[in-house]
Amino acid sequence: MSTLLEVSGVSVSFDGFKAINNLSFNIGPAELRAIIGPNGAGKTTFMDIVTGKTRPDEGEVLWGEKNQSLLRLSESQIAQTGIGRKFQRPTVFEDQSVEDNLLLALKKNRSPFSVLVFKKAEADTAAIQALAEDIGLSDQLTRKAGELSHGQKQWLEIGMLLAQDPQLLLVDEPAAGMTLAEREHTTTILKDAAKSRAVVVVEHDMEFVRRLECKVTVLHEGAVLAEGSLDHVTKNQDVIDVYLGR
Amino acid sequence: MMERTFLARNPSVLIFIALLALFTLAVTVLSEGLGTGFVSTAMVKTLGMTLCFCLIAIAMDLVWGYCGILSLGHFAFFGLGGYMIGMWLMYARTEDIVIASLAGADLPPTEQEIVDAIGTQIFGVVGSSEFPWVWAFADSLLIQLVLVVAVPGLLALVFGWLAFRSRVTGVYLSILTQAMTLALALYLFQNDSGLRGNNGLSGLQNIPGMADTPQSVLSVWFLWASAVALGLGYMFAAWVVSGKFGSVIRGIRDDEARVRFLGYPVEAYKLFVFTITAVMAGIGGALYYPQAGIINPAEVAPIASIYLAVWVAIGGRGRLYGAVIGAAFVSLLSTWFTGGRVPDVDLGFYTIEWVSWWQVALGVSFVLVTLFAPRGIGGLFDLFINRRTPDRHGADLGPDTGSLREKEAET
Repeated sequence: MSTLLEVSGVSVSFDGFKAINNLSFNIGPAELRAIIGPNGAGKTTFMDIVTGKTRPDEGEVLWGEKNQSLLRLSESQIAQTGIGRKFQRPTVFEDQSVEDNLLLALKKNRSPFSVLVFKKAEADTAAIQALAEDIGLSDQLTRKAGELSHGQKQWLEIGMLLAQDPQLLLVDEPAAGMTLAEREHTTTILKDAAKSRAVVVVEHDMEFVRRLECKVTVLHEGAVLAEGSLDHVTKNQDVIDVYLGR
Repeated sequence: MMERTFLARNPSVLIFIALLALFTLAVTVLSEGLGTGFVSTAMVKTLGMTLCFCLIAIAMDLVWGYCGILSLGHFAFFGLGGYMIGMWLMYARTEDIVIASLAGADLPPTEQEIVDAIGTQIFGVVGSSEFPWVWAFADSLLIQLVLVVAVPGLLALVFGWLAFRSRVTGVYLSILTQAMTLALALYLFQNDSGLRGNNGLSGLQNIPGMADTPQSVLSVWFLWASAVALGLGYMFAAWVVSGKFGSVIRGIRDDEARVRFLGYPVEAYKLFVFTITAVMAGIGGALYYPQAGIINPAEVAPIASIYLAVWVAIGGRGRLYGAVIGAAFVSLLSTWFTGGRVPDVDLGFYTIEWVSWWQVALGVSFVLVTLFAPRGIGGLFDLFINRRTPDRHGADLGPDTGSLREKEAET
C-alpha cells in the first residue's frame, strides 16, 4: 500500500519532557484511522507536528507521492499542500456568518491580491450550499457562527475542513459534547470523507471509535503502543495496563 | 455595473459620501473666501485638517479595528507624508523669494548662487547652508509627491516585514511600533537629520506660485482636496473590508492561528494592511500640513499615535464610520476645549480650567468607553437599525438539540 503521510523517528521534548518519543506512523491515501491514548500520550502534539505548529527535535515527516518533507514548510503552506485540521475546541469565526466561514475555507487561491479581487461565482454558492447540506446547516447559512449550538459549531468546522478539499484530515475529538444523534451524523460524515481521502481521528471516546469501524493506533508516552482493529488492541495486555492502571 | 453592486451592498458608503459632499458644500458657501464669510478662514482650515484626521482614523480602523494590529506608529507615517510635501513647499517658496530678491542685482545670478542662497535661507536656523542628501529631489513636486506615498509605504513594508515575520503580536507589537515612532521622532529632532531639527518645516501654508491667491480661498481648496481624499479613502477601505479580504483579516483579528491552518499566509495579509494604511496616513499628512502651516518632530512623537487609537476607540472600531465620527468628534472637541474659550467651572474650592483638565476628561472617557461601551459612538447606530452581534463567546447554551438557541442577529 502506498503511503500518503510518513512520520518516521520523530521526537520532541518540552523542557525536558519527551512529548513524542521516536514516533513512526504511516497512513495511506484513502484510509480512516483512529488514534487513541490516555491523556498526555502525545496525540495533539502529533497533530501539531504534522501541521507545522511544532517543530520536532529529530525525525522526518514526508508527504505525498513525491515524499516532500513538511518540516521546512510554514503552517499555511502545509495547509495548502492538502492537510486540514480540526481543533479539539470548535474554532469557527464567531463574528461571521456560516456562509462566510465556509467561503473562507473553500479551496481557492489564498494570496492577498487574488483574495482582494475575489468575486463569488455561482459555482461557489452552489458548493457552499452542498456543503451546508452535508453538515446539516443549510438553514443556518446567514446566521452568525457564534450563535450556533456547540454541536453545530463542530459540524461547521468539519464542513470548513471538507471545503478545503484536503487529502488528509486531522480531526481532534470531533464528537466532544455531542448528543447521540449528532454523533451518528458525525460518524457518517467522517466515513464518507474517508472514501476519497485519508482521515485521522483523535478520540477519547471508545464507543465513538467503535462506530468508526477502522484501524486503531494506540499512543502512549509519545510512542505507538499497539496498532490494529479495536478488538485487537483492546485485548492487548499493554493497552489494558495503560488504560486500567497497573 | 460592478460599482453599483458594491454600493448596493454597502449603503453606508453612499450615505457617507453624500454627507461629506453636503458638509463640504455648506462650509464653502459659508466660507470667507468663496461665500458669505460666516465661517472664518481659521475655522475652514481646522475643518479641513479634521478631514485629514478622519482619513488617518480610517487607516487606523483598518489596521486595528479590522486586522487587530494595534499600531502606535501611524502618526509617524502621517508626519513623514507631511515632511515630504513640506520639503517641496519650502524649497519652491524660498526659491521664489530668492529669485525675486536677486533680480535687482547687476549680474543675473547663476544657478549655483540661487541654490546656495536657498540653502542659506532654509538651513541658516540650524547653522548650515548645505543641502543634506534627503533634499535631493526637493525641487521636483512630482518626485516629492511620489515620496509622500513611497517613504511611509517603504518604511511600513520593511518594519512590518521584520515584525510580522518573527510573529510578534499583541501588546509586544504595539510597543515595537511605538519604539519605531519614538526613534523616528528623536532622529528628526537632531539638527543634522537634515530636516531642520526641532524647528521643523514652516511657512507651508504659502503655496509656491500662488502668492496672489488669498489664504481664505486656498483654505477652501484644501478643504475640497481633503474631502476628496477622505471620500476616496472611505470607499477604498469599504471595498477592502466588504469582500472576502475583509473576512480574512477579521478572521486574523479573532483567531490568527485558525486562519493560518486554513492555508492563508497571515503575515502577508498583515503586511499588506499595514503598508496600505501607512500610505493612506502619508497622504493624509501631505494634505494636513499645508493647512497647519508648520510641521515639527513633536508631531511625530508617540503621543499623537496614542491619540489616534483613542479617537478610533471612542468612535467605535471595526466600523469605518465609527472611526470617522471618533476622529472628528474628539479632535474638534479637543480644539474647542484647549482653545481657552470654554468657561471654567468654579467649584468654590477649586476652579476647573478646561485647558489643562481636558486631557484628564479625555483619558477618563477613553477608559469608560473601553469598559462600558466597547462599540463606541458608532455603536449607537446599532440601536436604530437593530443590529446586534451574538453574545455567545465561550458560553454555549448546551450541546443538546433541545437546548435554547438565540434567534437574533440574523445578518
